[in-house]
Amino acid sequence: MIVAEAKPIKEILEMINGLKRVLVVGCKGCVTVCNVGGAKEVAILASAIRIAGKKHHNEVEVGEMTLERQCDPEFIEELKDIINDYEGIISLACGVGPQFISERYPEVKVFPGVNTKFIGGAVEHGIWSERCAGCGTCIIHLFEGMCPIARCSKSLLHGPCGGSSNGKCEISPEVECIWDKIVKKKMENGRLEDLLTLKPPKDWRSARDGGPRKSVREELVI
Amino acid sequence: MQDFKPKIIAFYCSNCASSAATIASKMKLYMSSDIKLINIPCTGRLEVLHLLKPFEQGADAVYIMGCQEDSCQYMNGILKLKKRVDHVKKILEQIGIEPQRIEVFSLYAGKGQDFISIADRIINSVKELGPAF
Repeated sequence: MIVAEAKPIKEILEMINGLKRVLVVGCKGCVTVCNVGGAKEVAILASAIRIAGKKHHNEVEVGEMTLERQCDPEFIEELKDIINDYEGIISLACGVGPQFISERYPEVKVFPGVNTKFIGGAVEHGIWSERCAGCGTCIIHLFEGMCPIARCSKSLLHGPCGGSSNGKCEISPEVECIWDKIVKKKMENGRLEDLLTLKPPKDWRSARDGGPRKSVREELVI
Repeated sequence: MQDFKPKIIAFYCSNCASSAATIASKMKLYMSSDIKLINIPCTGRLEVLHLLKPFEQGADAVYIMGCQEDSCQYMNGILKLKKRVDHVKKILEQIGIEPQRIEVFSLYAGKGQDFISIADRIINSVKELGPAF
């Protein structure tokens, strides 16, 4: 899933300063799963904005709505009957949501209510960890199912650097060295020699280095 | 400020804190009518939104009385709540509301006096702070 974190409420209040009617829009996709932008978080942020308005004698009318997804235009369309009732929209979706809302309703001020962090998963209740860098050409099968691009601080593809110590990365004792894990798993599985195979340099054009990306599926295009 | 009658919401669990309340009542100890009591099955059921809503409705303070950390019959309800209260304190602080307007207490079932003394402590603290809004 796409993992996001809530923006500080203070920052959101500064963004919407002066507005009298705002709509907080959640998303039932990834941000609901990582507890940052679902219906529950929409209600919490709306409540906090109302309390702040009461506190500072600047009451704000706050609407609440949670869409099925904010990364599909058909769901963004559901805002059309109410969007003009508001001066600003706070989207609690990942970075896609506020952009899709802004593209569909260009006259409305749209604010991001979360900071989008990475593609990852829950490793413990309340803890998420990065697993994918979206490089566009997946090769995790070469590394025992672990991605050194996303999980090595230097995205090294040919073994650990000199900063690996006792299974930890030199950037922080809390960061595991993924190459330490890859090598250990290769040894356990009797596949260490795989690492001797010379591989051509990775083609980074499919990653962000090639500029903004687009995926076209001709069989689905209407 | 002398005439300030604070609006306070107190949630209390139906186990330890409720037993303490019953004992306080048998001891003929009573709390101020400024406090509105809400009984809940377990403090672990209280979500962040439940703790913010009273402020939205104009409360000057919210406090919660639950079990001791090692005697919650639902295992860890009070521990979950304490984390949520810490989170609400951070939200209130960012809004410009004193975080001490929300507090959580662990009570012993047999200590009726504590049920009342906590109420007195909260009222005094809120009177010192003044109205939240």
